[in-house]
Amino acid sequence: MMQSLGVEILDLGLIDYKLALLVQQEAFKAVRAGHLKSTLLICRHYPAITLGRQAAKSNILIPEAELKDKKISVYQVERGGDVTYHGPGQLVIYPVLNLADYKKDIHWFLRQCEETAINLLANFGVQGERIAGKTGVWVDGEKICSIGVAIRHWITFHGLSINIKKDDLVNFKLIRPCGMDIKMTSLETLVGRNIEINDIVGVLKGGNYDKSNFTRIGRGYH
Amino acid sequence: MTKVILPELGEGITKATVSYWYFKQGEKVNEKDDLVELTTDKATFNLPSPCSGMLSQIILSEGDTVHPGEVLGMIE
Repeated sequence: MMQSLGVEILDLGLIDYKLALLVQQEAFKAVRAGHLKSTLLICRHYPAITLGRQAAKSNILIPEAELKDKKISVYQVERGGDVTYHGPGQLVIYPVLNLADYKKDIHWFLRQCEETAINLLANFGVQGERIAGKTGVWVDGEKICSIGVAIRHWITFHGLSINIKKDDLVNFKLIRPCGMDIKMTSLETLVGRNIEINDIVGVLKGGNYDKSNFTRIGRGYH
Repeated sequence: MTKVILPELGEGITKATVSYWYFKQGEKVNEKDDLVELTTDKATFNLPSPCSGMLSQIILSEGDTVHPGEVLGMIE
């Protein structure tokens, strides 16, 4: 039976991608040293495109100069996966977890990341789905949550991003998300009303949820 | 001579790609040093060196596919 473990939640707010990566690295070191228990870093990013280990640069569809004009930074990172976009309309969750305390199983961890997003979406009456062989969370064939993780010494970093605001979706047209021809959607698009990310973050931080397993963080949102 | 073997990665993950060797052939390594980075569909992870010694042979190079149980390299 799985051990019941608490997690800390740390809200970084709206933060530059690179700075958040540094925070992840520090959290990673602290978890590894046993100074910090498994932690979920929650944040939003200024516009950025990131390329995972399997990314083809050709999946960025506009010239670098145009990205500069749009103030979109590009980063090559050590997570798995291809290319993705981050913007302030997404809720990003970086689980820095010691899988030795949970389950040393990469497949399991990816499914748990999906479960986290599915639980969060369920609070809004949105049923997120998995598609076998295509990691992430989908609604009616459109992608709402992207996942790319890195694991070192069974401690995780990088993570998942959930599209909340509909305004950010336009920037996904600058790339082939995950190297695939897919359509992205957002929570706002699906529920047809305005949703403030800070309201979700506030509830997550407030602790009105079951902390015993990190995938349950979305539950209890009203 | 010790084999560097890809362990089981969990249910449903049957292969990975060698993405980066942290050491060159012939270099000294210590036990538990990050030896090689591997990539699956959505995850990257490192394989630590199983022992201290010299990385005498890189059998699977960057870009190669590896399955659990296969030998990536040798340490002596």
